[in-house]
Amino acid sequence: MTTMKEEGNYANRPSNTAFTQQRLPAWQPMLSAGVVIPGFLLIGLAFIGIGVGLLITSRSIQVLELDYTGTETSSPCYQCTMSNQSNCVCKLSFSIGTLFKGPVFFYYGLTNYFQNQRKYGVSKDFNQLIGDVSYFKSPSSDCQPYQRVNGKPIVPCGAIANSMFNDTFKLYQIINGKEELVPFDGKGIAWWTDYNIKYRNPDYTPLKNAFNDTEKPVFWTKPAYELDTSDASNNGFINQDFLVWMRRAALPNFRKLYRRITEGNYKDGLPAGNYSLEISYNYPVISFEGTKKVTFSNVSWMGGQNEFLGIAYLVIGSMCVVMSVVMLIVYAKFRFPEED
Amino acid sequence: VVCFFPFVSPEEERKVKANDREYNEKFQYASNCIVTSKYNIVTFLPVNLFEQFQEVANTYFLFLLILQLIPQISSLSWFTTIVPLALVLSITAVKDATDDYFRHKSDNQVNNRESQVLIRGSLQNEKWMNVRVGDIIKLENNQFVAADVLLLSTSEPHGLCYIETAELDGETNMKVRQSISVTAELCDPNHLASFDGEVMCEPPNNKLDRFCGTLYWREKKYPLTNQNMLLRGCVLRNTEACYGLVIFAGPDTKLMQNSGRTKFKRTSIDRLMNTLVLWIFGFLVCMGGILAVGNAIWEKEVGFLFQSFLPWDPPVDNFLFSAFLSFWSYVIILNTVVPISLYVSVEVIRLGHSYFINWDQQMFCSQCNTAAEARTTTLNEELGQVEYIFSDKTGTLTQNIMTFNKCSINGQSYGMLNFTPLNPLADPNFCFYDEKLLESVKVGDSHTHEFFRLLSLCHTVMSEEKSEGELVYKAQSPDEGALVTAARNFGFVFRSRTPGTITTTEMGQTVTYSLLAILDFNNIRKRMSVIVRNPEGRIRLYCKGADTVLVERLQPCNQELISITSDHLNEYAADGLRTLALAYRDLSEEEWEAWSESHRFADKATDCREDRLAATYDKIEQEMLLLGATAIEDKLQEGVPETIALLSLANIKIWVLTGDKQETAVNIGYSCKMLTDDMTEVIIISGHTVQSVRHELRSVFFFFLVQILPNLIISGEFALVISGHSLAHALEPDMEEEFLSTACACKAVICCRVTPLQKAQVVELIKKHKKAVTLAVGDGANDVSMIKSAHIGVGISGQEGIQAVLASDYSFAQFRFLQRLLLVHGRWSYLRMCRFLCYFFYKNFAFTMVHFWFGFFCGFSAQTVYDQFFITLYNIVYTSLPVLAMGMFDQDVPDQRSLEYPKLYEPGQLNLLFNKREFFICITQGIYTSVVLFFVPYAVLSDATQSNGVPLADYQSFAVTTATALVIVVSVQIALDTGFWTVFNHVFVWGSLGSFFTIMFALHSQTLFRNLPNQFHFVGNAQNTLLQPVVWLTIALATAICIVPVLAFRFLKLDLKPQLSDTVRKLKFSFYDPSVSALLSSQCVPL
Repeated sequence: MTTMKEEGNYANRPSNTAFTQQRLPAWQPMLSAGVVIPGFLLIGLAFIGIGVGLLITSRSIQVLELDYTGTETSSPCYQCTMSNQSNCVCKLSFSIGTLFKGPVFFYYGLTNYFQNQRKYGVSKDFNQLIGDVSYFKSPSSDCQPYQRVNGKPIVPCGAIANSMFNDTFKLYQIINGKEELVPFDGKGIAWWTDYNIKYRNPDYTPLKNAFNDTEKPVFWTKPAYELDTSDASNNGFINQDFLVWMRRAALPNFRKLYRRITEGNYKDGLPAGNYSLEISYNYPVISFEGTKKVTFSNVSWMGGQNEFLGIAYLVIGSMCVVMSVVMLIVYAKFRFPEED
Repeated sequence: VVCFFPFVSPEEERKVKANDREYNEKFQYASNCIVTSKYNIVTFLPVNLFEQFQEVANTYFLFLLILQLIPQISSLSWFTTIVPLALVLSITAVKDATDDYFRHKSDNQVNNRESQVLIRGSLQNEKWMNVRVGDIIKLENNQFVAADVLLLSTSEPHGLCYIETAELDGETNMKVRQSISVTAELCDPNHLASFDGEVMCEPPNNKLDRFCGTLYWREKKYPLTNQNMLLRGCVLRNTEACYGLVIFAGPDTKLMQNSGRTKFKRTSIDRLMNTLVLWIFGFLVCMGGILAVGNAIWEKEVGFLFQSFLPWDPPVDNFLFSAFLSFWSYVIILNTVVPISLYVSVEVIRLGHSYFINWDQQMFCSQCNTAAEARTTTLNEELGQVEYIFSDKTGTLTQNIMTFNKCSINGQSYGMLNFTPLNPLADPNFCFYDEKLLESVKVGDSHTHEFFRLLSLCHTVMSEEKSEGELVYKAQSPDEGALVTAARNFGFVFRSRTPGTITTTEMGQTVTYSLLAILDFNNIRKRMSVIVRNPEGRIRLYCKGADTVLVERLQPCNQELISITSDHLNEYAADGLRTLALAYRDLSEEEWEAWSESHRFADKATDCREDRLAATYDKIEQEMLLLGATAIEDKLQEGVPETIALLSLANIKIWVLTGDKQETAVNIGYSCKMLTDDMTEVIIISGHTVQSVRHELRSVFFFFLVQILPNLIISGEFALVISGHSLAHALEPDMEEEFLSTACACKAVICCRVTPLQKAQVVELIKKHKKAVTLAVGDGANDVSMIKSAHIGVGISGQEGIQAVLASDYSFAQFRFLQRLLLVHGRWSYLRMCRFLCYFFYKNFAFTMVHFWFGFFCGFSAQTVYDQFFITLYNIVYTSLPVLAMGMFDQDVPDQRSLEYPKLYEPGQLNLLFNKREFFICITQGIYTSVVLFFVPYAVLSDATQSNGVPLADYQSFAVTTATALVIVVSVQIALDTGFWTVFNHVFVWGSLGSFFTIMFALHSQTLFRNLPNQFHFVGNAQNTLLQPVVWLTIALATAICIVPVLAFRFLKLDLKPQLSDTVRKLKFSFYDPSVSALLSSQCVPL
């Protein structure tokens, strides 16, 4: 270090800034009683308020859940679980006591089903699914063992696609002993981004040509381009049911949206009455001790029924209030020395 | 610059022949090219990476990376590890590269310096790097010496030259070097070109003060010593030119041999951190094991049946193998409990703290224009934990500016009266007032004259006389300077010296003495002598030295004088003065001849030369006659008593280790308030034998027992004073514990008459038995060993060169800055580091353990909860800066308060803020948070739907919800932990939160997906999920459940068990009080 004589004795003096001298202006919050106790009280009250609101909202939501696994002999679907029955159809009857307010959402649910398994989750080819036909010929090795069958590439490959849920449902209202079909709306049940961005069909007309020299997934009865025979645009990778299935669930017990009931006479909901659900029972779950169910539900601003959220808010809110009282008592008793 | 270093076996002996390159090349000596840089462009990457991967943590992450490349195991994309690893490696690499660049630059500059080399009879300019061993080089005034050279001849008479060794050992005074007489005549290039002497000498070593070799020339042997050598790094002064023979070049020079790496010091937090990291590894393995067992069971019970939808891979055809793979997969995803950024962040914080120390104006001394310097950047938090300070006295507690204060001449004591200078050569700054002494000088009292004659002759001071009467003395030690100046003012003026003469002006008359021998001073001899022949031809030995060693060597005839002088000496010492006794001896011509012969013989010896010389010196320094004694005052530095008082209030024990005599030391002890009159007893241990020291220690122990018995606590304060010879016994292995327990019961300990080695031993003793953090502070070369062995070494840059500073970890100019270094910077550093570590472990456990809980719901398949980008960025972007800002800027109380309330220092000493217990609390909180973060979304989302009926329980929404909740919870937590919100904290906390959302929306955007559909699977997720009120209600709920208990706990703790810092913090204070800061900074004003 060179000391410049002409600069005097202060040549090496560090600069006098708030930063270097660690004197930056700073806010120094303290957990003072004046802030913490009212804070707890306020948070507590707010949480209680929200909790009550949530609980009331949640209570107003109607839910109807029907298990149709058919493990019990009494179940109408019991016979479908026996041996290798193809195209087995079973009918589930139920009645609704009051109007099931619309729009009603119809879900299917599976339990003990591990869509969140890591290996299951990676078993797909993203490039196929955005419609890149070059990957139709050589699917990603992630798809093993559903990469090829009989030497031909599988499109869409992988375990997720292969295991696509294939039970189908039809709902009838029984009016005067006659079955009247409740119309299902299958549009827009998948995420907008999935439908419009994440999954793309190859640019081929007809779509079938893109799938030349490929095989359908082994468990599928129909190839991807024939998933929806009634609506040509609802085929390939942007088939709504396919999209719903491909958005894998986080937990082993889950439900997925199947259809919405928004049309015709059922726009305002399902009126009270007897109903019959016709299930074409294809999807095997007994082998891995899973169950299948269907759910009817309507929603509020906060989505479907959720008792837990409201109760949790109430509990935490009341705990905050209790804590604030405890703190007040403690504070009054062991007063923090105000001055030294 | 490319230097070649031949690989040769270590030399036994070096042979160098002047002017014979061919001959010298046989030995393949290193060239004069130096390389201090570590890398070049080609080797940088491999060598630097190799070095970095020697760090266990880096290797660990490399291992993880390799694991991730195995597809069966890989539970995470390779980039989740490689991005942070690459970031950490490149930060370190950039730092190393910058350092090395500057080294390259300085190497280049040094290697390309010009030097004049004698080649084939003519002088040619050569670059330093091309100078070779055996070359004869010419040096000119003020030039740096290019290599270690043997001085052959100079332009000055007698082959003398002067050098300054500041770069070598920090001493700024000039030193004399002299060529051996036979070569001194070789003054011009022609003669030198024909010089073909051969030097045989020791192999390269790092001993700066010795050299041993022989010159063979014209069939004669000439011994060579350090006196004949000019070492690389010295600067030639006051000498027109000189010629030298290169003996050691480049890396073999003593300068380079000395620049070895210093021992790396680690802090206790470092060691604790390493232990904890090992524990975390253990924890990681346990978690991996649990989950692997879980996987085995799951695969057997569930996975086996689920094969219809997810068949086992062909290589994974049984559940045990799957469990084995799953173990490694979980090791990969749980690895973030040991975050790679931990070590880098710790280093960054420490670096910041070091800069704050360097920048502190209140540790700047304007008198010497020196700012404090943190020379080691890795020890800062240890400054907040110091329990023992070992301090040197001279130059550390005192100013080391010596003033001649009193003297005793022939039994008469003088001092402290009025004085008017009586001769024109007097030093105007000199103040010593005694009419009587003046009178006795004027009268011509022979003793008085002899006394001052001694002072003017017996020294190693160099003088410079720019113009008549304007004398400047350059002394190696301030004591000597003071004594020679005293003689000068009393009419005995030292004018100049040559190797064979000393010229003085005695009462106006110029006298030239021939200097026969200088018997040098060293720490063992504690005395120096000169043997001179006066113009009349009488030979006399003058000796000055410590009274203890001198009294033994006096003629016993005049016991009365000896006892009176001893009384005076004790009196002076009791006043805290540094004393020396003076004596002389007349030598007959025969005695001198005989001794001179034995001296020459010892001087030529090649082995144990120093010991032999010392023995010879001892032989002649006998039978001396006492002249008197001098007392020199060394004033206390400013603010020393206050600093010591403050530090002892902070529960820091201060031991003074000094070479001074006991009385001086005790007195200084009183004047700097270490010892007080209120003390119950000052225990003095000064036994000379093992038994007596043991006895003394035992009696002290019983004394304590008696004190303790009535009320079981030691009442009253004690101080221990122990002298060096007793200490030697007390440090024996069988007595050290006894000594230690006694010493530690005392409030103050003073060790006097200790050697540098003993200083280090005392420090080691405390380190060994007390497990306390020690700090050694000193200013001189004798403190270096102590500074190096203590946990923290502090060097006072003072009058005694810069060796202590070079060996130290922190350096500044004034002892009193120690209070600020410890109580302010040390305390803050410790506090910040502890808070940083607590939070760091917390946030990583909160982050990582979520995977563990999720394992139970995803078939233990090592499925991560979060998006891979989130995992990659969590530690390096989303949560790194707020905690860094806290670690950098946090203050619980302002600096003035920590000086006002020294007790605030105690938590550091007791290691309260971060220890194993605190660590467990942190990780428990982290694990609790992870439980909340997993199970709240689990409970809420499993049945929740969006407001358009689409279920929310899909994996990606779950991931986004959990990640958002996590980032919010840890951000709220850091907001709670931050006690000092500067603008940086605000920017970083809010910025991190902002960056999380910005980056997430960007990563989930369509643009990125369109370009890389394979990587960005979460397209559209952020906007879809985060628009749902339920998601926000979930996040708010999770945050409340995580934070509310912490808040309540902290509030209640603050109320029920407030720490001192809380109380102080609560006090009303202004952030910046100009009057206070002015007061503090005014403590260092120019005199």
